Amino acid sequence: MKIGILALQGDFDKHRLILEQLDLEPSLVRYPSDLNHVSGLIIPGGESTTMTKLMTRGGFYKYITSFANTNPVLGTCAGLIMMSSQAKDKRIKTLGLLDLDVERNACGRQIHSICVPLNVNINGKSQPTEATFIRAPKIVRCGPNVNVLATFNGSPCAVQSGLHLGLSFHPELNGVTIFHEFAFKKSVALKEERIHAA
Amino acid sequence: MSKGSYEVKVGLAEMLKGGVIMDVTDAKQAKIAEDAGAVAVMALERIPADIRVDGGIARMSDPSMIQDIQETVSIPVMAKCRIGHFAEAQILEAIEIDFIDESEVLTPADEANHIWKHSFKVPFVCGCRNLGEALRRIGEGAALIRTKGEAGSGNIVEAVRHMREVQSKIRQLTKMDDDELMAAAKDMGAPFSLVQQVSNLGKLPVPNFAAGGIATPADASLMMQLGAETVFVGSGIFKSEDPASRAQAIVEAVTYYQDANKLLKVSTGLKSAMKGLDISEIPEDQLLQERGW
Repeated sequence: MKIGILALQGDFDKHRLILEQLDLEPSLVRYPSDLNHVSGLIIPGGESTTMTKLMTRGGFYKYITSFANTNPVLGTCAGLIMMSSQAKDKRIKTLGLLDLDVERNACGRQIHSICVPLNVNINGKSQPTEATFIRAPKIVRCGPNVNVLATFNGSPCAVQSGLHLGLSFHPELNGVTIFHEFAFKKSVALKEERIHAA
Repeated sequence: MSKGSYEVKVGLAEMLKGGVIMDVTDAKQAKIAEDAGAVAVMALERIPADIRVDGGIARMSDPSMIQDIQETVSIPVMAKCRIGHFAEAQILEAIEIDFIDESEVLTPADEANHIWKHSFKVPFVCGCRNLGEALRRIGEGAALIRTKGEAGSGNIVEAVRHMREVQSKIRQLTKMDDDELMAAAKDMGAPFSLVQQVSNLGKLPVPNFAAGGIATPADASLMMQLGAETVFVGSGIFKSEDPASRAQAIVEAVTYYQDANKLLKVSTGLKSAMKGLDISEIPEDQLLQERGW
């Protein structure tokens, strides 16, 4: 199964390594037409201002939203910001894939970046993991259909809604594979079940 | 819980990949850089081309100027301290700078020692001309390496020399037998454990960016194709005729560095680049790349 990684800017190479560990085939996405060849998309960490510029100039918005209607999308940090309804910052144009609002750099500058142990609820099971927050955003509003999988300092930091998974931290920096597995292997199983049921 | 661990420092460097870090001297330039799509800005009072002309001692910038830039932009803000000047670095850490550049562009404060960077919570970037220098800096705690090039020259030749030097040495290490690595470490003056790590990984253990002389979108693409993971553009943007469009063109050139048609498009119709200097025009004692060891 081929998974696209939006490779306009950011730590897309770290995501590539995680996909390879899961036997998923990574494919870098630099043009909207690259989405035609993949069955899922990762929006990596990086700078959301830079991604907004490059996604706008590249004409990505409508292609990603229509791709996301039927395919899984995982966003980490800046990727979560891009997937949100709004970032309350006019420099950022979001995709609106997740019904939530975020505040950029809410955890402060780099000196406040941190790696912490975290418990995450995946498939009704609590699992311990490690989470690295780098100049991380904070989720400040969550819609009613958004499932909170983990919280940090009282705010949601891992959320899921339908085929879409958003994280304010970076599992790819810790070599953690459970989120990618959940986003792409589990959701595919779910999608196939649905097709089967219909 | 670990704040300021080495992994967390390298983490920010990872986020800057595939981007452009731009030198800016005030909040207005910082805004132009952010609007063009820069992933970070380097706040400094004088860009390298001006430091070269003005002469005198180049020191850490006035903190108020750096704070002004921090308040203006949402992207990471970096600032430079002099080589070996850990007190300047402590001040930069106190104003919560996102990255410290222990830079040869400023006048060195210590001719024998660089800063012990592991004792800081904020990450450092350091310049190198070759693999040995890169690994010595990583040994001291640098979370990011940039090849030095020749800052303020507008001439890519030194950046190319340094990047080729680093990459070719890495390739050699990957082909060496285990029993050759100690001699290689001795020749390069590099920590043995890092030499072993590079030999196994086939790359530096931290991101490797390019700096010093990038003035055009084609220069940026060249450095990316030679193995840089991001570029620093110093004088190249704000010494050019139309900084905003040049900045935007260089941002696109880094993302699409392998796409000649895209490079053609972004390179077309740009106003003049900075004039630049032939390296032979620079007196040997004024070569910035010679600073640091």
